[in-house]
Amino acid sequence: MSEADGIMRLRQPISVTYNWSAGPNATSHLNGLLDGTLVGKRCPGCSLVYFPPRNGVCPKCARILGDDVVVGPRGTITTFCVVNVPFLGQKIKLPYVAAQILLDGADISMQHLIQECEAADVRIGMRVEPVWKDRSEWGPSLENIAHFRPTGEPDRDMGVEAGAS
Amino acid sequence: MARRDVAIVATAQRPNEVGSTLTSVELILPVINDVIAKVGIERQKIGFWCHGSCDYMSGQPFSFVAAVDAIGAWPPIVESHVEGDGALALYEAWVKIQTGECDVALVFSNGKTTSGPIDRILNLQADPYMVTPLWPGFDSLAALQARACLDAGVLSEADMAEVAARSYRDALNNPIAYAKENVTAEQLLARPYTTAPLRAHDCGVPVDGANAIILAAGDAARSLAERPAWIRGIDHRIDTQRLGARSMTESSSAAIAAAKAGVGDDRIDIAELHAPYTHQEILLRRAMNLGEGTHVNPSGGALVSNPAMAAGLARFAEAAESVFSGSADRVLAHCTSGPMLQQNLVCVMEGE
Amino acid sequence: MADLCAVVGVGQTKHASCRADVSIAGLVREAVDRALADANIGIDDVDAIVIGKAPDPLEGVAMPELWLADALAAHGKPVFRVHTAGSVGGSTAIVAAQHVMAGIHGTVLTVGFEKQSDGNAMWALSVPIPFGMPVHAGAGGYFSPIVRGYIKRSGAPSHIGAMVAVKDRTNACKNPYAHLHEPDWTLEKALESPMMWDPIRFVETCPSSDGAMALVIMSEERADKHAGPKAWVHATAMRSEPTAFAGREQVSPRAGEMCAEDLWRKGGITNPAKEIDVAEIYVPFAWFEPMWLENLGFAPRNEGWRWVEDGVTDIGGSLPINPSGGVMSTNPIGASGMLRFGEAAMQVMGKAGEHQIDGARKAVGHAYGGGSQFFAMWLVSSSKP
Ligand SMILES: [Zn+2]
Repeated sequence: MSEADGIMRLRQPISVTYNWSAGPNATSHLNGLLDGTLVGKRCPGCSLVYFPPRNGVCPKCARILGDDVVVGPRGTITTFCVVNVPFLGQKIKLPYVAAQILLDGADISMQHLIQECEAADVRIGMRVEPVWKDRSEWGPSLENIAHFRPTGEPDRDMGVEAGAS
Repeated sequence: MARRDVAIVATAQRPNEVGSTLTSVELILPVINDVIAKVGIERQKIGFWCHGSCDYMSGQPFSFVAAVDAIGAWPPIVESHVEGDGALALYEAWVKIQTGECDVALVFSNGKTTSGPIDRILNLQADPYMVTPLWPGFDSLAALQARACLDAGVLSEADMAEVAARSYRDALNNPIAYAKENVTAEQLLARPYTTAPLRAHDCGVPVDGANAIILAAGDAARSLAERPAWIRGIDHRIDTQRLGARSMTESSSAAIAAAKAGVGDDRIDIAELHAPYTHQEILLRRAMNLGEGTHVNPSGGALVSNPAMAAGLARFAEAAESVFSGSADRVLAHCTSGPMLQQNLVCVMEGE
Repeated sequence: MADLCAVVGVGQTKHASCRADVSIAGLVREAVDRALADANIGIDDVDAIVIGKAPDPLEGVAMPELWLADALAAHGKPVFRVHTAGSVGGSTAIVAAQHVMAGIHGTVLTVGFEKQSDGNAMWALSVPIPFGMPVHAGAGGYFSPIVRGYIKRSGAPSHIGAMVAVKDRTNACKNPYAHLHEPDWTLEKALESPMMWDPIRFVETCPSSDGAMALVIMSEERADKHAGPKAWVHATAMRSEPTAFAGREQVSPRAGEMCAEDLWRKGGITNPAKEIDVAEIYVPFAWFEPMWLENLGFAPRNEGWRWVEDGVTDIGGSLPINPSGGVMSTNPIGASGMLRFGEAAMQVMGKAGEHQIDGARKAVGHAYGGGSQFFAMWLVSSSKP
């Protein structure tokens, strides 16, 4: 049966509204963002520093993260991709570089944008720093950072860390 | 039927609450660590992990993936997840132990039921072409079933209020129950309808909760618990979902599962029934032939705290604890899923 | 202690970007009916049904196994639902097999499906989460940095991904059920394909498909009495690890290595590359073929790409990978893992038609999911262990 012969599909939009919880263990991290400070957390088990403090938990140790640790603001690109695909809900102009950035003092990389340089010039080991939006636009979100840009420092040798998270 | 004796050896449950600001990981982590501490076992000795939850409950596809962060999955673990109640995760773990691949398993579940409109979310379980677009609501579907039962003379509104009054009173003795009240059926019947013929007390209270259970086989179970709750029979069955195609006044899937699990072989001291609506408890008692000698839901049941996707596993925890304490010898735990008691899992446990 | 079990029936749908001609239930039933016919049994002969699919928001039906009970004539039977992200098709087949291995049921039907055209998959795979940074760019945006890490570590030349893509798309033309039938790909043409998520080219990505795969699994007792070829399940394995922790190896996750080690040990395999005749592995982005060759223990570290270059993984090679065309040619997410498991079974049953590997006796089905963190594998053979 062709579509002309009858109803083949129906459109049924579904909308459900949720209250999203950040959780108490993310409070200092989110308050830090309101203040322009990058706050991570140290695991009391393995001493590694998580930024952002994913769910407030060290997945390796299954322990609630402990002390706050100020990290960055500079960091190193551990790996990246150049995105050329338009996405629904995506708020960034194409093409752009999505990079994994290991902030100084942190032990796990975070994903953010790289701008103010050609996509072709981005490389593993490149040193970058955050460019903050105007303070009037800030909220408790990593979106306070518009993007990261190269610092011009010499590259770091990421060695075996390349491809690690 | 089962070739290996498997028992629940420890349980842990969070106090049920409304409007929790915790993430699902923060909900889960304490109960996991708690239940492991209770048996004093090294994480590496847990041969299988199984999680029950629902993406639509948390509003995020792959929401269960975050839970792997909470359980210490390093070095890597043998792990699985069911989109459904933790009681089904327990069933999968029981199957796994029956294959002989492991002796000790940990199952857990979480439901942040109050972070979204649960009545609307559960509506998404219905036929997406014919029923969901009408958005009848989950309570309304239950109300249809209750009305059919009332009209058929299977039960009365007073019977339903009795179930609620008993549950609310029993909950006074349960520190983790959310709703509790020293109330009589007469008092409840004086309250207004919410979705007629259902009143507020006829509908389980949506809460946020999490729980975890450790299962072990044979000697491992004996070494981990003084009085393990041995699983003597466990089975689950499903009915049609088509509203016009099934009897609304009985639950045939519950009856089959109960028979397969051996419910009728002996007296049941305590039955923890996952009945999110008062009339459903009555239907379940009938389907399973539970007599006057059985205390139903001494915990208060899902009526007083209904953490979606965790309320079934909570019944296992409550039933097993009554065996641990020696207050019961033969108990029943039950879990339902889907609209109007569509799917039912029944388990019989005994002390040794 | 576990009983033996065997796959006695395999059935899949015609996969396509949009199967507008069937409902979700119709799609599932198409695969189920073919599996039952292949096993020469009726749906009444089935004791229990195990269903797997990826996230429910892909179609907008919560726990659809409840509603599908009607389409599967499941009234009064056990229906069980599994969801382990992208590995779900594999995990589901394993859970189904374990119902038989545990002696609980004699005949289990298992089905994995996804009808991605019914919803918005790009949205469902990349829902923006408050407080974070919405740079996520779908699965490709997540996996492409990992591929970059592999290229840097192994020194692989940049054409390897395109070689895998051309091989899989060419193989798919021998598989009547495959979604993509694109016979004209050459390496030159593939290298001109636009970069989507640099270093991943468009041709090196999988399609988004509607489709389903179903298997009938029987106990040894029943399978012995059953006429026709069987795929005996020699071993199953599953492993999981967290998505992200400080220092996590993402190119070759430990969970994948452990899962493979477990599979080889249970299956009595000491030299996988020699003893395995064919493997269907989960390759949603072409570069994952050399990465998984290493992770599974087929190829030495940093050598996987050489195997691709040397044609080892071609249909005529010594270790054909994805003769069906694989995920690169067909990707109904919740079914993709079961397609790998089912295609492996078809190979040892001698039912793979034009993409049959001559004399295949031992085959591996592999699936992974999440952030390369959930692994499911099975080893099947034409004969009992
Ligand atoms: Zn730690």
